[in-house]
Amino acid sequence: MSTDGKYTLDFGSIGRDDHARVGGKCSSLGEMTQAGVAVPPGFAVTTDAYVAMVDHHGLAVEIERHLSGVDPDSIDSVDRAAQAIRIRFRSHKLPPEVEAAIRTAYAAMGDDMPVAVRSSATAEDLPDASFAGQQDTYLWVRGADDVVEKVRDCWASLFTTRAVAYREKNKIPHADVHMSVGVQKMVNAKAAGVAMTLDPVTGDRTRIVIDASWGLGEMVVSGVVTPDNFTVEKVLMEILDRKISDKHVELVGDAALGEAVEREVEEPRRKVSCLSDTEVIAVATLAKRLEKQNKCPQDVEWAIDADLPEGENLLALQSRPETIWSQKKKEVKPAHAYATGMMGIVHTLNNPFGAKKA
Amino acid sequence: MDAQKSLFPSAFEVETPKGAEGWQELYPYYTHFLPARRAQDDATFWFCNSQHWPTPFRPFDTIMLDFAIKGLGQYNTRHLLVPPANGVDYRILNGYVYFSPVAVAPENIEGRIPHFLERAGHYYQNWGDLYANWKEKVLGKIRELEALNFEELPETVPVEWVHGGVGLDNTNQLFDQYDKAIELAYKVWQYHFEFLNLGYAAYLDFFGFVKEAFPSIPDQAIAKMVQGVDSELFRPDDEIKKLAKLAVELGLTEALKSGSVDEALAAVAKQPGGDTWIAQWEGAKDPWFNFTSGNGFYSTDKYWIDHLDIPFGYLRDYIERVQAGEEIMRPTAKLLAERDRITAEYRDMMDDEAQAIFDGKLGLARTVFPYVEDHNFYIEHWALGVFWRKMRQLSQLLQSQGFWENEDDMFFLNRNEVRDVLWDYSAGWAIGVPYRGTAVWPGEIARRRKIYEALAAQSPLPALNNPPEVITEPFTIMLWGITSDAIDRWVNASDDDDALKGMAGSPGVVEGVARVLRSPDQLGELQKGEILVTPVTAPSWAPVFGKIGAAVTDIGGMMSHAAIVCREYGLPAVTGTGNASSRIKTGMRLRVDGNAGTVTILD
Repeated sequence: MSTDGKYTLDFGSIGRDDHARVGGKCSSLGEMTQAGVAVPPGFAVTTDAYVAMVDHHGLAVEIERHLSGVDPDSIDSVDRAAQAIRIRFRSHKLPPEVEAAIRTAYAAMGDDMPVAVRSSATAEDLPDASFAGQQDTYLWVRGADDVVEKVRDCWASLFTTRAVAYREKNKIPHADVHMSVGVQKMVNAKAAGVAMTLDPVTGDRTRIVIDASWGLGEMVVSGVVTPDNFTVEKVLMEILDRKISDKHVELVGDAALGEAVEREVEEPRRKVSCLSDTEVIAVATLAKRLEKQNKCPQDVEWAIDADLPEGENLLALQSRPETIWSQKKKEVKPAHAYATGMMGIVHTLNNPFGAKKA
Repeated sequence: MDAQKSLFPSAFEVETPKGAEGWQELYPYYTHFLPARRAQDDATFWFCNSQHWPTPFRPFDTIMLDFAIKGLGQYNTRHLLVPPANGVDYRILNGYVYFSPVAVAPENIEGRIPHFLERAGHYYQNWGDLYANWKEKVLGKIRELEALNFEELPETVPVEWVHGGVGLDNTNQLFDQYDKAIELAYKVWQYHFEFLNLGYAAYLDFFGFVKEAFPSIPDQAIAKMVQGVDSELFRPDDEIKKLAKLAVELGLTEALKSGSVDEALAAVAKQPGGDTWIAQWEGAKDPWFNFTSGNGFYSTDKYWIDHLDIPFGYLRDYIERVQAGEEIMRPTAKLLAERDRITAEYRDMMDDEAQAIFDGKLGLARTVFPYVEDHNFYIEHWALGVFWRKMRQLSQLLQSQGFWENEDDMFFLNRNEVRDVLWDYSAGWAIGVPYRGTAVWPGEIARRRKIYEALAAQSPLPALNNPPEVITEPFTIMLWGITSDAIDRWVNASDDDDALKGMAGSPGVVEGVARVLRSPDQLGELQKGEILVTPVTAPSWAPVFGKIGAAVTDIGGMMSHAAIVCREYGLPAVTGTGNASSRIKTGMRLRVDGNAGTVTILD
């Protein structure tokens, strides 16, 4: 094990008791890894590392000082304080033992392995912290120096204006909120996207709805492209509907630049499906498996890696509970109670289903 | 008459095909659209039941239409008092049959409910016992049918009858046997409907409940939860498969490979192990080869047991597949596991309250469903197969007496005319003069045959007059797939559109070359991987489902044979397209989407 267990924790060894110190995203990656789901390898930088950073530089006092005079109702005032705190975070080096742990764990992934560095929120954080762009994600990070720097940037993102305002308003002590960071091997995505194990429009749980586009999935999540959209029947695993869109841009890793770049999709690929039928079913099967494992409808981010052999190239990047319909669940009961026994038969004969116009 | 234009033509304005003038005389008066009743008949919506009668029928074959429709009606109207539905009215137009379900007046529905609860409730509560009893009754009738025998009238009345003072002659037996045959057919048709609509009702109840819970669930998924894997309709095919495997095991394939059935059987008998195989062949034949390549409704149906070359052809196909290392037996354990998986997954998506209702309705649907599938074997295949065989025997007897030229000419007479011929035969025999019919029937049969052929050359219209706002008759929806949506499709079907819409009968998407079959006699033309396109399929076509890529039919709902068999074989099927078999030509490339229920002509 190249992770030290205290400041860094391999996805494969995240236990149930570790959830509070690795955050939601890394917990989910850990669970998936251990359940045998194909997940890009990586490790979590635990909240212990964050706490060590804060303690090492006495940042708690500084945070307190910046926020003491803030008027939570004044965006300007919050913004100024939040910015100052972020600058303080970025101006300090990591504690040597934390930095060493990150460097060791990163080195074990391979030479200058391109990775994604993402913040992994803990429970006390914003309930909708996964809100696009709310917390930082850095793609195609290469080299230990950059990784260390991006981990620190993620920590700093705990003090965005919105996050600070939220905690101020809800009287959540800033010192209680910690941040974990995930460092994960970068996927060389041929295509990627999201899959929901219910129809987000109707809440229909018999369907899996997939959005997919060329390149990395960030384009789909952020809404920059109109993705291809597939509907799959969850039990029979049959593709019910395909809507192929004009996918004009894609986000791909540029090895020379060492970053993910947005580029135009060349004409012949724009209007063809970015997934084969087999791949659609594979994505749906993965999403269904994750729903079963987590015992509730899921919202899954996935990617197909261009470097892996067919059949092993579908990777899960994240899985989290679907929230909108799951909270509404109580309201979507059948409109009327269904008659049972003989009266059920009578009701059916008097109102046969096919009589209704589709 | 109001001249307002209706969606489909009036029966009174449909032209008679050239050469078919006078076709009305082939069928009884009560099947005609009568000018004196035009107002009522024009105000009624009629749809062509080409699912059960895809081709025009000969006069004698009206017997099956009469008995079937009367049997269907009596249970809805008089036995069970199905609250919203009486029987189905019928007419014949240009040799095709048109149906019109008869609804119960809304104000009378409520009053029928208590009767239905008592009568239908009794059946549901005692299903197992009543069904066991049903089988006994039907097997009894089959034995009686088997015992029928039509013998030539002898030169003289047996002398023993004279000594015994019997005082009667051999014609009595002739009349008895004929009347008995008709009566037995009538009875088995009543039995046919004893459980059928109750079975459909329980299925529809489960269907409606699941649709309410999951509005977008495919019909086929619901069917898969209910359908069994051990239907007796699969037995004939399974028996041939077992025979093929046994032939390979015993090393008899060379002996079976060539020659007529008799020659091959003789060759097998000489081989070591041949006795074992022949014993199994004989055991399979009766009852399982009482299996028609049609649907039992026509005198022209070919039953395997009378045409052993049909199962033998399938046997040879299967032997080749076994030798090629293919597993031909149906994977029943896998199918059952799949049924359980599907059921459990949908059930898991329901809350506790809904799960309890689901369990109750599914339980009943599964209890009744074997009847829905198996009755077909006992009645249409077995009992009617024996009936037709006996009728052919009678036709041959009367042919030998000079009444007609061909051995199946009797079927150009209706059942009452046949009884007249028996009288002619009996009276002529008694008086000692030639039979008058020999001067009448050959010419009349030739004339009728021409009319029949002219009718058969023309396709039927899908419907007549104006459809109701919505189709509400439950059995019409279930059995014939006639929904309001289906009618919209017929109306909007345009010949220059490359896509045909139908029902999503069995899931999957496949592209391939079309093979259009209008009769089971053409089954041999099917090549491996082709897409079968046909007005309607029959259960006995099962062996060809092992080699086709998909099936497309003109008519039929989610419970039509094509849909059931395709689900079993994991092949895409689109049913109820209305006119695929006339729009599509053999050799066209098609894309069959059994999920969406569409067929696209690719070139």
